[in-house]
Amino acid sequence: MSVELDVFVGNTTIMDKEVYQLWLNGYTVNDAVKVRIEGGVMEECEASAEVLLSDTMDQYRTFQMCERLLHHPAKLANQLLFQIPPDRQAMLIERYYAFDDSFVREVLGKKLSKGTKKDLDDVSTKTGITLKSCRRQFDNFKRVFKVVEELKGPLVENIRQHFLLPDQLARDYAAIVFFANNRFETGKKKLHYLTFQDFAFCAGQLINNWTLGAVDNIMEDMDVDLDKEFLQELKDLKILITDKDLLDQHKSLVCTALRGKTNVFNEMEANFKNLSRGLVNIAAKLINAKDVRDFFIDLVEKFIEPFSLCLLYMGVIKSCILRMYHD
Amino acid sequence: MPGKLKAKIVAGRHLPVMDRASDLTDAFVEVKFGNTTFKTDVYPKSLNPQWNSEWFKFEVDDEDLQDEPLQITVLDHDTYSANDAIGKVYIDIDPLLCSEAATVISGWLPIYDTIHGIRGEINVLVKVDLFNDLNRFRQSSCGVKFFCTTSIPRCYRAIMVHGFVEELVVNEDPEYQWIDRIRTPRASNEARQRLIFLMSGELQRKIGLKVLEMGGNAVVGYLQCFDLEGESGLVVRAIGTACTLEKISSTLPATATHPSNSSPSKDMKDSPQAAPSTLGCRSTHSSPVHSASSRLSQGFSVSVPTLLFAGMGSGGSAGKEGGPLKALLRQQTQSALEQREYPFFTLAAFPPGFLLHVGGVVSARSVKLLDRIHNPALGNTRSYKLLDWNSFTADEPETRDAWWEEIRQEIKSHAKALGCHAVVGYSESTSICEEVCILSASGTAAILSSRFMQDGPLDTEHRFEEVVSPGCGFCHIPYDELNIPFPAQLTYCYCCRRYKVPDVLFTTIDLPTEANVTGKGCLIQARLCRTKKKAQGEGNATVISNLLPFLEYELHTQLMNKLKLRGMNALFGLRIQISVGETMLLGLASATGVYLTALPSPGGIQIAGKTPSDITYEQHISNMQKKINDTIAKNKELYEINPPEVVEEIIGSPIPEPRQRSRLFRSQSESSDEVSELDLSHGKKDAFVLEIDDTDAVEDIHALLTDSPTPAGFYSCNTEIMPGIQNWTSAIQMFTSVRVFRLNANLTNQGLNKIFSDLCENLLKSLYFKLRSMVPCCLCHLNFTVAIPEDELIQVAVTAVAMSFDKEQLLENGKQSGEKTLIKAITENDEQLQFNLELNAETSAPNPLSSPKGLSEVGSHLSARASSVDYSSFADRCSSWIEQLKLKAHTIRRGSVKTTSSMEKASPLPEGRSRSLRSNRSYSGSSVAVVKMTPLSFIPGAKIIKYLGIINMFFIRETTSLREEGGVSGFLHTFIAEVFAMVRAHVAALGGNAVVSYSMKECVFMENPNKNQAQCLINVSGDAVMFVRESELESTSVQTQSATTHTSNGAEGT
Repeated sequence: MSVELDVFVGNTTIMDKEVYQLWLNGYTVNDAVKVRIEGGVMEECEASAEVLLSDTMDQYRTFQMCERLLHHPAKLANQLLFQIPPDRQAMLIERYYAFDDSFVREVLGKKLSKGTKKDLDDVSTKTGITLKSCRRQFDNFKRVFKVVEELKGPLVENIRQHFLLPDQLARDYAAIVFFANNRFETGKKKLHYLTFQDFAFCAGQLINNWTLGAVDNIMEDMDVDLDKEFLQELKDLKILITDKDLLDQHKSLVCTALRGKTNVFNEMEANFKNLSRGLVNIAAKLINAKDVRDFFIDLVEKFIEPFSLCLLYMGVIKSCILRMYHD
Repeated sequence: MPGKLKAKIVAGRHLPVMDRASDLTDAFVEVKFGNTTFKTDVYPKSLNPQWNSEWFKFEVDDEDLQDEPLQITVLDHDTYSANDAIGKVYIDIDPLLCSEAATVISGWLPIYDTIHGIRGEINVLVKVDLFNDLNRFRQSSCGVKFFCTTSIPRCYRAIMVHGFVEELVVNEDPEYQWIDRIRTPRASNEARQRLIFLMSGELQRKIGLKVLEMGGNAVVGYLQCFDLEGESGLVVRAIGTACTLEKISSTLPATATHPSNSSPSKDMKDSPQAAPSTLGCRSTHSSPVHSASSRLSQGFSVSVPTLLFAGMGSGGSAGKEGGPLKALLRQQTQSALEQREYPFFTLAAFPPGFLLHVGGVVSARSVKLLDRIHNPALGNTRSYKLLDWNSFTADEPETRDAWWEEIRQEIKSHAKALGCHAVVGYSESTSICEEVCILSASGTAAILSSRFMQDGPLDTEHRFEEVVSPGCGFCHIPYDELNIPFPAQLTYCYCCRRYKVPDVLFTTIDLPTEANVTGKGCLIQARLCRTKKKAQGEGNATVISNLLPFLEYELHTQLMNKLKLRGMNALFGLRIQISVGETMLLGLASATGVYLTALPSPGGIQIAGKTPSDITYEQHISNMQKKINDTIAKNKELYEINPPEVVEEIIGSPIPEPRQRSRLFRSQSESSDEVSELDLSHGKKDAFVLEIDDTDAVEDIHALLTDSPTPAGFYSCNTEIMPGIQNWTSAIQMFTSVRVFRLNANLTNQGLNKIFSDLCENLLKSLYFKLRSMVPCCLCHLNFTVAIPEDELIQVAVTAVAMSFDKEQLLENGKQSGEKTLIKAITENDEQLQFNLELNAETSAPNPLSSPKGLSEVGSHLSARASSVDYSSFADRCSSWIEQLKLKAHTIRRGSVKTTSSMEKASPLPEGRSRSLRSNRSYSGSSVAVVKMTPLSFIPGAKIIKYLGIINMFFIRETTSLREEGGVSGFLHTFIAEVFAMVRAHVAALGGNAVVSYSMKECVFMENPNKNQAQCLINVSGDAVMFVRESELESTSVQTQSATTHTSNGAEGT
């Protein structure tokens, strides 16, 4: 004795936000039912576990049927199969394209290839995010990447238009696409302390200032690639450390600009030469793809670490001295 | 050449990839009507082709226009091999043939393939230029409007109600033709879809012709059904009510007093419908099925003995004070109706003043053996050929027509037995399993006013005004008190105190809007499962017809018990479905229970033990009794049933009651046990006694108590409206839910009953849970259909609409209606209540169609047991069962009165508005217009300003990759969603924004999981309409469509 077939179809497609989230999170139907029972929906609505199971299965089926539409969000608005109010459509899309920061940190800057996808079970184990959810997020990255890769015009705008995403989410995707395209290394241990939002901010800066789209507004090329010409020219910065005069001039300009604006000004001033060398060396090498990938690690190793080492040293010494100095 | 059909193919979108190499499609379109085909150019390498074709023009007879659908096929051009079909669109152009409906079909329509489902959309424009044709002998009936709605459509006024129209056409089922063995499933499905389109068109045209003959211009309550008889063919049949409707215009006051003399009564006499010779005009559609076995089928035209309901008191036949007053009015109506072959009306709600009295439910069933086609090669040459079966009819006297005629005659005689001259809320249905077919018909016996009858006396209106009764008139018994056709306990009406009313009333119609009701109503279901032995042919038919009376009796008993348990006294919208399978019979009765203020308060249920010796047993009984009493008390509170206290002294006990207590019998229980000697009535005069004399009874009582109450915030009914709730919000959600349950072998009747009952209960629970966000809300028009798709499978399908309402106002309204009820105790005109003196003579005439001996024996035996009243004079009628009821009549629909008046506001809108509306939509870019769907005839908070035509669609879907499509649930889920999408798209293309009176009339699902295959057929219908929100109507007369769209969008969110 068993229910062999059980469907519910509404003229307006009924979608429960909570169940949608469970589905997105990759829960199996049974796990989702458990979560819902724990959530107390049963007492609230005088329902039985049986009812909950039936409802969950039905919703899952609806989501699966909608999923292919969600892959092309623009289609969701003019398809005829499901009658979904516009605000619901927006919610479906936004949540479908939402991602976990912990997941994105694992794949940020990696090539969005089959190989990476194969490793997702490791990512899943590591982050505690279900494999299903990992796959969805990864496929979203890849889908967005593929669509905007060849498109001209501003990256964020392209993403927003093609995937109907809210502004912030579109910017995040722009960062992901940008990182994936330039294959920035973000997985090294030394970079672990950086959050996705840190990288997203940097990506935003790079997109706005270092890409072809940023240079001329003709929109002939895209925002995805760094401006090669610009990188070439960065080589010339070496002169800032080789030429003594220029170095001094540089230093005085920077110091004038930063004086009073940072509490580590003194340390910065004292180590200016080393710091400047670190930065210029990074800049000069950016013309090599390999070095572009190592951009962030280089920044950390050659600039932030020495500087913070110095700060740390100075900080400790300072406190020790203050302690030892019995007036 | 009276018509020119023009079609233009604009564009396609979302087409599937047909060429794997390029991931693109080279699409072109074939447009076919009749035998003429046009093609567009190939639009190469695109999934969103822009054909922008010329206008393809078809010059055709209007007869063809009515019969044929416009067939659009989208194909992928292939240079080297045959072109691949992407899918098809069938467009019913009937709405374009009526000047008051749609003028153009324009919009995106889904391209449908029976194997792949929806595959993209196509944008088309279709128009029709009709030339006036005054040919009196024409075969077409263009211009006759069709409505599924079972009441007078909202923006029309009934001038005349002409009566019953019916028609059926028969053909071979392409699926069973020999050619089916060599063609693809797709070709076979398409042949079937196209055939049914053709047959529906033909059927509609023929019904239209009958309407024109009767002098009408519309069919209301149009109900079309398919019988898939397998090898013996495919029957499409339809019934409806012919009317003359007039569009309510802004200049005329919306009163119902339109002169009824516009149509000369002479017409009536000339009408062939009035003459008994209707056979002549119905001979055109005799069955093609060719059978030597007319003897056989005659042998099995078994009418099922009908139960007379014994539930309601055995005494009450003594009232003599109803003197033999003459009712001129009634006689006039009666004579009008008697000239009709069948005084039937498919309407379930009536214009004010039409329905005078209600007698009770009448129904008839008959078991038939389907004939076999003896010459299968026939299909070879005759595929798709319609209309031409006459050559075969000569040697086939036994047709489907004759079957239905038999049943209708029976219904007619039952109505007469109840002292009624008409049957309202009438419907017909079938259940087929292999070669056995059960035909069923049911309706409500009633007395109607002659007001809307063609030959009604002109002064009826005045008469009518005098007899208006305040919401209780319909409850007054129409039959002769001295000769009640079944045992009933009569009392004086609790509203007017002047006329007799029965203690319980069952009807198939909607609750009249102005009925005095106490509290709220609720859905009441009786469910029953009976095993039967596997058998073949005649044996099988005999077994089934022997089982049917018991099934019906028990269903009725259950209904009665559940009604009492809820403290209510009347059922509306009663629908009993009997479904037959190889090894079982399923019975499902659904109705909406209410407490009619005019009827006496129902007594409680008393349990009587058979062996009062055992103490623990006594204990057990008293426990159960307590439970029952508690439940009744709880229900009364839940449904707010607290009838105004009646001061008995006013009239005194109206009827001498020899036995003041009613007994409830179960068919198996030995009613001969004279437990009735015990006085268990607790001083309450009409308590029910439930005897516990075997374990079955105990189970039944348990079942009674396990019906779980609806969760807080929910109400449910299977009628159009819910008494006590008026302030609907605009949030509505129509839905369809289907469940199939697999049974274990070797279940007992009890086990089966429990499973079936649980299945229905669980389904309801799931619905409540799904729709919890709409609370407070009412599930209206809950329509259950059961089927036994194969052995050990039970299929239950539900279509209904959830409507939210405003809780605050609810309480207020409740108070108001309570007050109103009290105020309404007005007396009626004496003339109204009449007793038909001729009743006796008529009813005792032998019924020529009475059932075979064996069965009438069963019937009379049963009824003899069931009641102590002497039945001998009614034995002849035992083959139908009658339920009694009472209904108030004149002022039928509060809602419709209201609608009428606000319609005045709706009408003055500028004519061009609908047009600008459309253009806005077509060019407004991507977003899809919202189309509401509802099984009800109205949309809360909105005015229907235009009916655009009937939607009647039939789809087949088949798959050979069931697992890949998500199993049976995934497959059916997709299919139902696709059907909704196609209905919405066609409505939008007609310029509408809603479907009302929507119903899913057929959902036949077959699976073969081993072969990874499944097939499903769905038939849906409804009325496409255009509505505007009331708020907009009020705010300003200068509206823009964008505003409409906007509000309806907003409202759709749930």
